[in-house]
Amino acid sequence: MISLENRVVLELNVNNHPGVMSHVCGLFARRAFNVEAILVLPLGGGETSRIQLLVNADQRLDQMVKQAEKLRDVHEVQVKEAAGSSFERMVQEYSAA
Amino acid sequence: MPSMTGAELLIRLLERQEITTVAGIPGGTNLPIYDALGRSSRIRHVLARHEQGAAFMAQGMARSTGKPAVCMATSGPGATNLLTAIADAKLDSVPIVCITGQVPLGLVGTDAFQEMDIYGMSIPVTKHNYLVRSARELLHVIPEAFRIAASGRPGPVLVDIPKDIQCQSVTFDMLPAPGTPETSPDPDIDQLNRAAEMISRSRKPILYLGGGVTQSGASETATRLAEKNTLPSVMTLMGLGAMPHSHPLSLGMLGMHAAKHTNLALQECDLLIAAGVRFDDRATGRLEEFCPDADIIHIDIDPSELGKLKTDCVGIVCDVKTALEHLLANVQDKQRGEWVDRIATLKRDFPALLPKTASPLSPYGLVRHAAEYVGPDAIVTTDVGQHQMRAAQAYPVTRARQFLTSGGLGTMGFGLPAAIGAALAHPDRSVICFTGDGSLLMNIQELATAAEHNLNIKIVLADNRALGLVQQQQELFYENRKFASSYGNALDFTTIAKGFGIASADLANSEDPASDLRDILGSNGPALIRIPVNAAENVYPMVPPGAANTTMIEGAAND
Repeated sequence: MISLENRVVLELNVNNHPGVMSHVCGLFARRAFNVEAILVLPLGGGETSRIQLLVNADQRLDQMVKQAEKLRDVHEVQVKEAAGSSFERMVQEYSAA
Repeated sequence: MPSMTGAELLIRLLERQEITTVAGIPGGTNLPIYDALGRSSRIRHVLARHEQGAAFMAQGMARSTGKPAVCMATSGPGATNLLTAIADAKLDSVPIVCITGQVPLGLVGTDAFQEMDIYGMSIPVTKHNYLVRSARELLHVIPEAFRIAASGRPGPVLVDIPKDIQCQSVTFDMLPAPGTPETSPDPDIDQLNRAAEMISRSRKPILYLGGGVTQSGASETATRLAEKNTLPSVMTLMGLGAMPHSHPLSLGMLGMHAAKHTNLALQECDLLIAAGVRFDDRATGRLEEFCPDADIIHIDIDPSELGKLKTDCVGIVCDVKTALEHLLANVQDKQRGEWVDRIATLKRDFPALLPKTASPLSPYGLVRHAAEYVGPDAIVTTDVGQHQMRAAQAYPVTRARQFLTSGGLGTMGFGLPAAIGAALAHPDRSVICFTGDGSLLMNIQELATAAEHNLNIKIVLADNRALGLVQQQQELFYENRKFASSYGNALDFTTIAKGFGIASADLANSEDPASDLRDILGSNGPALIRIPVNAAENVYPMVPPGAANTTMIEGAAND
């Protein structure tokens, strides 16, 4: 069972179009910062989406947040606790299977 | 209600952005755009010979004016050929807008002829990019592309437009306002006041000026701040011109190829005021040993630069000019006699090493002589390599946007097309391009463009038949095993230039090289001057990659 310890959830509010995931995932890939888990859902009328990323809370996190905030398709970035997040429930489901 | 095609709308929007020159190459998927461009009376098109050349021409325009410039390419290879120059613009924060044709939307994703996912490929090298899905989208995408390119920390934007979108007709009420830069965020006045106090308290401060000073138009403010508080100042490669080369407070460029006194002064400083810099490794050397005793004030408009490498700074997210103006108003008039004396001692004991400058045939002499003959109004571009570092060390840069060089990416092939761009944007000035044979060969086809437009560009070629900076590293760090770094055949560059229709001279055959150099630099139109230099002459001082800036390998003494 994967651990949520020392991990946090980055919550991004983004524009919803086919290139957005590429921008977000590319940012993490080219800075060699692994994304452990990912969850995306469109919001409201589908103009925007919310992306949740489960990532390690290491010393590069602050830089990753700043870099994500620079993406033009990203409106807001929040750092949230992994405990109590949707990922916690997913971890339980996956490990039961 | 006006109705036009996507291509016509694009050109109309570019005209409204006051774009007067576009560099590019047409192809299958951008022909509708070219058809509309051909009917514009306000925009001149410059046909490059390679798309990378077109993008560097846009860079030359943008770097020399500070305003976004435009290049165009067709889909597939046309678009991929742009990428190196776009990456170069990203690393040096240059505002360019690249417009690519794409296969019709219905064919996207089918591996159609000349289809390439340039949207995906350009994500890491652009500030932002677009794949346009309807002609109507252009109404907001184009102004936004210009706004993004020029706002905050500038950068390249790519707009990919499928061919059918270019032909689609669009009806609209009115054209949108042109995209203009966003106003910068209000600075944190408390932080700026704290910075002013730190400057007042410091005994051995140094002002560290980077490309952001040029970007924000703050070079005069920076110089006045330095003068008021007596702040010795260092510049990054991108910051050259922030303070005139000859200014008594200027310590020139810092870092890997700095004068030894510059790096030693940094070692001793107790306060580093970093403005519009990003602590690049070529400037700082081993970061842990950079300015070990200094408090650091870091001013930058890009929040992600603060704390990226140096984490213990007083970080101020602010337009550099606004910040320096505030500091100028709030620091004391100060003389700092002791620190000035110490700097003078360092300068005397460890002077800049620019050997053999008296001879126009020496690597440093050719820079100094050429600078003297073209005068202070000239714009300078360089390629990448030993000649670039020598120009950075020795050229008497007098102002911002005068010295255009590929700093972050270090792209060989930059110099000639960038010079063309600068000449297109400044027909009243002469442009001098320092290059080496390795670099020149990487975009030599643009000699044809320079000749076609009879641009006032002087190419000063230091020809050592080698990749000089590679050989230098092989000699110093690979036990002198020189491999794959010299050219087995000699090229006749003066004949090549003539073949392109460009005047040329080889100073190797000159009885009076200084006089011949002066004559050809004073002539009108493009010219190439070849000066043979010895590949065994290294650029010194040099900090080994990864070493501390105080670990400098020194070269020959001045004579």
